[in-house]
Amino acid sequence: MSRYRVEVRVMPRATLLDPQGQAVQRALHALGFGDVGDVRVGKHLVLDVQADSRDEALAHARAMCDRLLANPVTEDYDLAVEAA
Amino acid sequence: MARVAVVVFPGSNCDADTLAAAREAGSEAYYVWHRETDLQRADVVILPGGFSYGDYLRSGAIARFSPIMTAVAGHARAGGPVLGICNGFQILCEAGLLPGGLVRNARLRFLARPTWVRVEATDTPFTCLYEKGDVLEIPIAHGDGRYVADERTVAQLEASGQVVWRYVRDNPNGSTHEIAGVCNAARNVVGIMPHPERRNAPVLGGQDGARVFHAMEARHATQHAVDVRAVGDRHLRV
Repeated sequence: MSRYRVEVRVMPRATLLDPQGQAVQRALHALGFGDVGDVRVGKHLVLDVQADSRDEALAHARAMCDRLLANPVTEDYDLAVEAA
Repeated sequence: MARVAVVVFPGSNCDADTLAAAREAGSEAYYVWHRETDLQRADVVILPGGFSYGDYLRSGAIARFSPIMTAVAGHARAGGPVLGICNGFQILCEAGLLPGGLVRNARLRFLARPTWVRVEATDTPFTCLYEKGDVLEIPIAHGDGRYVADERTVAQLEASGQVVWRYVRDNPNGSTHEIAGVCNAARNVVGIMPHPERRNAPVLGGQDGARVFHAMEARHATQHAVDVRAVGDRHLRV
């Protein structure tokens, strides 16, 4: 068993309106950062996972995302795994 | 008397109003703590509004795995009526008992104000005492009330009359197709974002929501009479 650091990035589905991102974009424009185009706000989760291999850690993390960490109706996610 | 289980999660805050509204309509209503696994022979289950688990991760995402939810899913699968109000609606979507999901209001603000919804479907256990087209004044109190679903699901909901309530006059949260409430394909599981339990008496500013609760009782009485007749004419209730 080894420890792995799993990073999960969860983003609102691209086709859905992201009002949080829009509000941040407007605030950036108000501060003079006029070069900012689209802004989207998501979540970043960092998990410490015990597994036999990197692949196993990845598979477990994927199962966690599918069941709990991301909502398949409204969000997309991607994963990064590295040895802790 | 219908037995109505009002499930209480950590962070539920409309449980007392919901219980009172069900009792006011004549039901035998009681609380069931989310750690329990038995609905105590409930005829109807209500998941009330609130902020279960502080809306952490996503509204309803953690409550959906509470121990009681196994029994709620079993009750729903057996055809038992289930109503989710506000956070309860979010939990039912997260649990996959209703299609779609509820995300942040389009204009970001938490909204606590009256809305107007049109009754679009009367063949559910909670809307059977309304007329199709009735416009009700019922308040909302939510930050994550924008109903969304993929195009195919929305087309399916529209085609099969699963949109139960729709916002009229204005759409407070930007929900797709002005959806305020939906039901599942079997029509026994219903979710609504506005709070009918907050409009069940004139002193609360109106009673447009009261028939949601009277419906449970009316339906129960009818069903019971049918059941008795099925056993034999000797026991026909008068």
